[in-house]
Amino acid sequence: MKSNPRRSPDLVFKILTGTAMLLILAILAVIVGNIVIHGYGTVTFEFLTSEPLEGMTEGGIFPAIFGTVALVILMIVAVIPIGVMTAIYLQEYANPNSIFTKSIRFAVNNLAGVPSIVFGLFGLGFFIQFVGRNMDRAIGADVLWGQPSLIWAALTLALLNLPVVVVSAEEALRVVPREHREASLALGGTKWQTIRRVILPQALPGILTGAILSISRGAGEVAPIMFTGAAYYLPYLPTSPTDQFMELGYHIYVMSTQSPDVEATKPILYGTVLVLLILTLLLNFVAILIRYRMRIKMKQVA
Amino acid sequence: MTEILPTARIKSGDSSVTIRVASIVKRFRFKEFLIEKFILVNSFAAIIGVILIFLFIFRESLPLFTDSEIQQEASLDKFVTQKEWQPVSDNPRYAFFPLLVGTLKAVGVASLFAIPLSILAAIYTTEFAPRRLREFFKPGVEMLAGIPSVVLGFFALIVMATFLQNMFGYSFRLNAFNAGIALGLAIIPTIYSVSEDALNAVPRALREASLALGASSWQTAYRIVLSVALPGVLAGVILGVARAIGETMIVLMASGNAALVSGSIFDSIRTFSATIAAELAEVVFGSAHYHTLFFIGSVLFAITLLFNILAHLAVGRLQKRLAGK
Repeated sequence: MKSNPRRSPDLVFKILTGTAMLLILAILAVIVGNIVIHGYGTVTFEFLTSEPLEGMTEGGIFPAIFGTVALVILMIVAVIPIGVMTAIYLQEYANPNSIFTKSIRFAVNNLAGVPSIVFGLFGLGFFIQFVGRNMDRAIGADVLWGQPSLIWAALTLALLNLPVVVVSAEEALRVVPREHREASLALGGTKWQTIRRVILPQALPGILTGAILSISRGAGEVAPIMFTGAAYYLPYLPTSPTDQFMELGYHIYVMSTQSPDVEATKPILYGTVLVLLILTLLLNFVAILIRYRMRIKMKQVA
Repeated sequence: MTEILPTARIKSGDSSVTIRVASIVKRFRFKEFLIEKFILVNSFAAIIGVILIFLFIFRESLPLFTDSEIQQEASLDKFVTQKEWQPVSDNPRYAFFPLLVGTLKAVGVASLFAIPLSILAAIYTTEFAPRRLREFFKPGVEMLAGIPSVVLGFFALIVMATFLQNMFGYSFRLNAFNAGIALGLAIIPTIYSVSEDALNAVPRALREASLALGASSWQTAYRIVLSVALPGVLAGVILGVARAIGETMIVLMASGNAALVSGSIFDSIRTFSATIAAELAEVVFGSAHYHTLFFIGSVLFAITLLFNILAHLAVGRLQKRLAGK
């Protein structure tokens, strides 16, 4: 091909933009690679199942894993029903132009933008100081609910993740073909029967995506749980919702900023980061995969 | 929608049938009515959440305006006139200026790093990348979004700080530059995906028209596609910057947390968000310091609300533009 003078800026622009894309992916690879290389040796079965020893310089991270799982389960129980119902309302019942619908959407969008540290403040000010204290007063307990605990941290995270669930569920409902709704209604199905038997089963993968993404995000967020329930070190596992708990992300934060001997903590620190990273990336990957397959399926239907 | 149900059809037929069917429908509808209202009530949750956040963050900062005893120590006036942020001392001082400088430096570095990079990458994805590769980029960036901010903070603190220090040779390992770059990594996915969506939404016909008129592909990308999608790209930038202002763990771990006022980006900083995270755990409940931290929270909440509204308006503008109005 002859060199065309008009083509050379094309090439420059192409290389410039391509380099930007490559740089982003390279940084991602460096971060993940660094953590995998340094953390790989530490993560053994024993590391995952034993308790921290010698001021976090030896032992494992079992209590932090346990706390994270407990936290996420409670969060999911709270956020999924409310999030999915909000999506059903917005997608199936609401008049899209009413002020009420618009305000729900506005609220969901804004909730997604609120900084996570503000959720932490809110959890402390509302759940612990207001709800918890008043519950204590009502049942005459000294301090039971009015302190940082598993349940308040989980509810704070649930609120943080509400937009994630609503948006994914809404997207899932939106791609269910209109004809399926009409067929069900024409056969005499009521609105709710149509939603429950026709729409929800089809939207399930999308709803699942939302759930997985919110688990991934919930497991990684530290700022909202710092003051609402996470503890640096506990000699026992949480057994009730009013207990404090250890958590992977918070464990990483404390180990990397407040350790008396950073070098001695480093292998354990890298191991913990690797566990958290695998957990969140794996969940994200599964969510992306489900969404991808869902889109292909929708293309076939359409 | 419910009008499509049997009543409408059967009304034209035998009247006795109509009544029976109508009564069945009515009984069903009572249940339907309950379910609809139940779902409706649940969908209030988001609105209630936002209102409660606003009320409770603001309620806890109210004494700064009303309680004269608290005002002796901290008030709006003092936030502006004092020179230092020194909440834990015999003579506590709560100046916002050092925190503002710190936040601006970190967000500035993050923006300068992340905005051009994400927009260029988005342009490459929609305009130049081969189809096969394109399918690979979006999940890649979503992976970056999936890395928890505490892990980015850890990476910036343990690995990147040393690397950047060796590269640029400055004296403090943890500073605005280090935190800003890490912060940039956190906001790249936001800016990239919103911009990419906007660029993708530009109709093919516009590109083809431009190419057919003899424009080269970079002219088409820059002058046509980017300029049409500009409001959407702007929305991505606004959302990204809002996220950078509120992001906590990264700056808390990677910035050094010293509330210094200086012009250099290689000095340690303390941002608004990191201040809340670092100090709330040890604060005395109900003290001036406690209320001040909640006030900072209210300010962050207000800023992000404003930025979200701006982004929303920008997206609305893009949609109008694409609809040809």
